[in-house]
Amino acid sequence: MSSAAMEIPYSVEPRPDTGLYNGKVGIWLFLASEVMLFGALFSSYIMLRVGSDAWPVHMLNVPIGTLNTTVLITSSITVVLAWAALKLKEFNKFRLYMGLTVVLALTFAIIKSFEYRSKFVHYAVEYTHNGQVIEATGHIEGSPWNWSLKTLQNPDHPIESIVFHPDAAGHGHPGEGATIHAGEHEAVTIATKDIHKLESFGPWHHTYLAIYFTLTGLHALHVLGGAAVLAWFWITGPAMWRTDPERLTNRVEVTGLFWHFVDLVWIFLFPVLYLL
Amino acid sequence: MGKPIANRPFGDGLMSHAAATVASATGSEGNDAHHDSGFWRKYIFSTDHKVIGIQYGLTSLTFLLLGFLLMTLMRWQLAYPGEPIPLLGPVLEKVLGQGMAFKGIMSPDLYNSFGAMHGTIMVFLAIVPLAFGAFGNYVVPLQIGAPDMAFPRLNMASYWVYFMGGVIMLVSFFIPGGAAKSGWTSYSPLATIADMGHRVDGQTLWLIGMVLLITSSLLGSVNFIATIIQLRAPGMTWMRMPFFVWAQLVTAFLLLLAFPPLEAAGLMQLMDNLFDTSFFLPTGLVVSGNPLAVSGGGSPLLWQHLFWFLAHPEVYVLILPAMGIVAEVIANNTRKPLFGYKSLVYSAMAIGFLSFIVWAHHMYLTGMGTKISTFFQTTTMMISIPSVIIVTTLFISLWGGSIRFTTPMLFALAFLPMFGIGGLTGLPLGFNATDIQLHDTYYVIGHFHYVVAPGTIFAIFAGIYYWFPKITGRHMSEFWGKVHFALSFVFMNLVFAPMFLQGLEGMHRRMYDGGATYAAAGGIEGLSQFALKLNVSISHAAWLLGWAQVPFIINLFWSIWKGRKVESDNPWEATTLEWATPTPPPHGNFASPPTAHRGPYEYSQSPAPNGFTPQNEPA
Ligand code: HEM
Ligand SMILES: [Cu+2]
Repeated sequence: MSSAAMEIPYSVEPRPDTGLYNGKVGIWLFLASEVMLFGALFSSYIMLRVGSDAWPVHMLNVPIGTLNTTVLITSSITVVLAWAALKLKEFNKFRLYMGLTVVLALTFAIIKSFEYRSKFVHYAVEYTHNGQVIEATGHIEGSPWNWSLKTLQNPDHPIESIVFHPDAAGHGHPGEGATIHAGEHEAVTIATKDIHKLESFGPWHHTYLAIYFTLTGLHALHVLGGAAVLAWFWITGPAMWRTDPERLTNRVEVTGLFWHFVDLVWIFLFPVLYLL
Repeated sequence: MGKPIANRPFGDGLMSHAAATVASATGSEGNDAHHDSGFWRKYIFSTDHKVIGIQYGLTSLTFLLLGFLLMTLMRWQLAYPGEPIPLLGPVLEKVLGQGMAFKGIMSPDLYNSFGAMHGTIMVFLAIVPLAFGAFGNYVVPLQIGAPDMAFPRLNMASYWVYFMGGVIMLVSFFIPGGAAKSGWTSYSPLATIADMGHRVDGQTLWLIGMVLLITSSLLGSVNFIATIIQLRAPGMTWMRMPFFVWAQLVTAFLLLLAFPPLEAAGLMQLMDNLFDTSFFLPTGLVVSGNPLAVSGGGSPLLWQHLFWFLAHPEVYVLILPAMGIVAEVIANNTRKPLFGYKSLVYSAMAIGFLSFIVWAHHMYLTGMGTKISTFFQTTTMMISIPSVIIVTTLFISLWGGSIRFTTPMLFALAFLPMFGIGGLTGLPLGFNATDIQLHDTYYVIGHFHYVVAPGTIFAIFAGIYYWFPKITGRHMSEFWGKVHFALSFVFMNLVFAPMFLQGLEGMHRRMYDGGATYAAAGGIEGLSQFALKLNVSISHAAWLLGWAQVPFIINLFWSIWKGRKVESDNPWEATTLEWATPTPPPHGNFASPPTAHRGPYEYSQSPAPNGFTPQNEPA
């Protein structure tokens, strides 16, 4: 519908008695609902952890997590600088900081995807050796992605055996009370027919991993969505700066608020999933 | 769909009759808005809150009919277990396959699917979109004197996301295994193991559909709240807002804050279904004699907590807009101010707040612990207080009024005792001692249907008859409206009142044969023949209730084209701002921006008999 005949009041300038423009009210409401969304997941985390027999700890790579935390916090700073640049009418600075924010967001996502990958090439295996059932965690030679017993038994490409590199003691999966194969770190060859169970450390492996993937996955979607919007402003900003600078500034502010929220969620996620 | 309505040039001849009390200029501005917009933009991808309201209305009425249809088929199975369904049985067999309705007999799986989808469709696709999406969208901006919603494009997105959610729910009937089977509550682990054979099963589509519906309601609620905060006309202070707007505001907050936890739960159940996680699957689960090959360690109770954290506020989402409609209709037809406007407003707020801390009264029998039960029993008793205040206030508002018994008023009047019955029967459910007997019986079904069916649905009918003249410029037939009312009133009660008796006898709410097996058992544990006979009478009443809607449907569509034209922009002589617009209101709503000079219900306060002073009338 043509909007020429109709202007929505306070879509750019603030309403005097509330002191807010519409977009700002909207984003705060949206963030309130986001708090409930992540709040429910965090509560679920607590309930699942309290109710579990064994909860794995220190399963994630803390230095990488710390690095990613730094990346995200930095991006929160650059997004504020981008907005401030608009306020000061320094458009080139805006482009610089906004570009940086997007790059940092993508850096975060890339690092995160490497972390994810490491879970799908990490395995728990249960097999019979000399009449004894052995459980172990570790890597399969060649680092295949997300194999299971079904992959090995695939009638088209059956795999007779795997070469398994067990984790160093204490590095495995405490929840399973991993029994490490005698001879420790040395690789063992396990015949497929002796294997009862083989699965990667995907979300199905343990409730901890389930909530880890759900929480961080949902967060990663927020990062990508936010990055897409910020990139959009970086691209279309120059045109809008000429025609409607106020509106652009508002939009950047509102998206910046969202971006801070995404950052804040991570600041809770990091200790809860990596450290505690 | 909306064509005949909006095709009429805005501000045509009707305008010359505009009531003297209504300050509306010519609709020429509205005409401009439509010059360059084609059919698609005007009726399909419109950003006008009124068109979106009508889209919501027609879509959700269709779903209401569909949800009802599912139930009429289930009622056959309950009344005559194991007998082929007449007429529609063979159709079901053709469309859904032999496994579902062999020789026209409803299979247990189909019964379960219909039960789950009846509830889902009625709650999430019919009543909420009607009460909130349709009425809220159409009326709220008009009543606060705004030109549109704060975010018109989000508004459009909200409708289309809702539409897609609905389509996915419908599609789920036709996939292998059929639609979801685990009730509208989708309790885990049942919901996860119900169709284990299929990777993408009915439950998966149910969850995807729900995620879309939740997204839609998120967009809607943000929009409503922002609109009410930001776009009130000059002079429209908080305490001058019609109660309907307050009801919608509280509703929007409930949707905003209560739905996300269900979304979280839905995502987790989706993970359980698709990626074999164990969020809601406990260790050692055995299905059909085989241990389930999952990691375990999950918690079925967690699902229930998250579900009811939404679903209890959700029941107030179902009822608050209804109360809002009833308040408007009562004030208008008693020709006097509402009694205790402020108590209404504060009660609505109290309900909104308290409804977040009563959810576990649905879980007394889960073994969650007596301390927790006691807490939730207490909060449940607390929330009944503001509910009672609202009903009582509306009852007292009738006192001393010169009541006009119009069709909308009849529905609004009937709402009061019907909601009363629904609310009062909730109290024995709220005490955990009495709930032990009543939980999961037909008593619960009777309780909430009294609130939602002769309650909310009657209020929705009241709203349709009441606002129809503003939307279309024509009246619906009063005579057929009254026929519709009388028949609906009788049959509604014949359907739901006997359910209390069945429930008190212990009839479980989800039995495929309506309890016949238990009646055969005899003795103390058996159901009486009387309870079984009620199954038959309830079913017949339900089918008659269906026929009683025919006059309504015909009246609705006939009146769009052929109804009596309104003589003025304010045919009910109402005070609130929606009547100060041209009829039907053009895009942008008001001919000139309105100002509110007084409260919303200034009836009988001027010297003239039946006098009334519209909100925009200067002092
Ligand atoms: C006013 C006071 C009310 C009280 C004290 C109350 C109490 C309860 C309780 C304790 C239950 C759980 C019963 C059980 O499963 O054993 C229940 C069920 C239910 N109530 Fe209410 N209620 C009230 C009002 C309402 C209203 C206003 C609505 C909706 C518009 C409503 C809708 C429902 C629904 C849908 C269920 C059944 C959910 C299910 O198990 O499928 N109730 N009520
Ligand atoms: Cu409840």
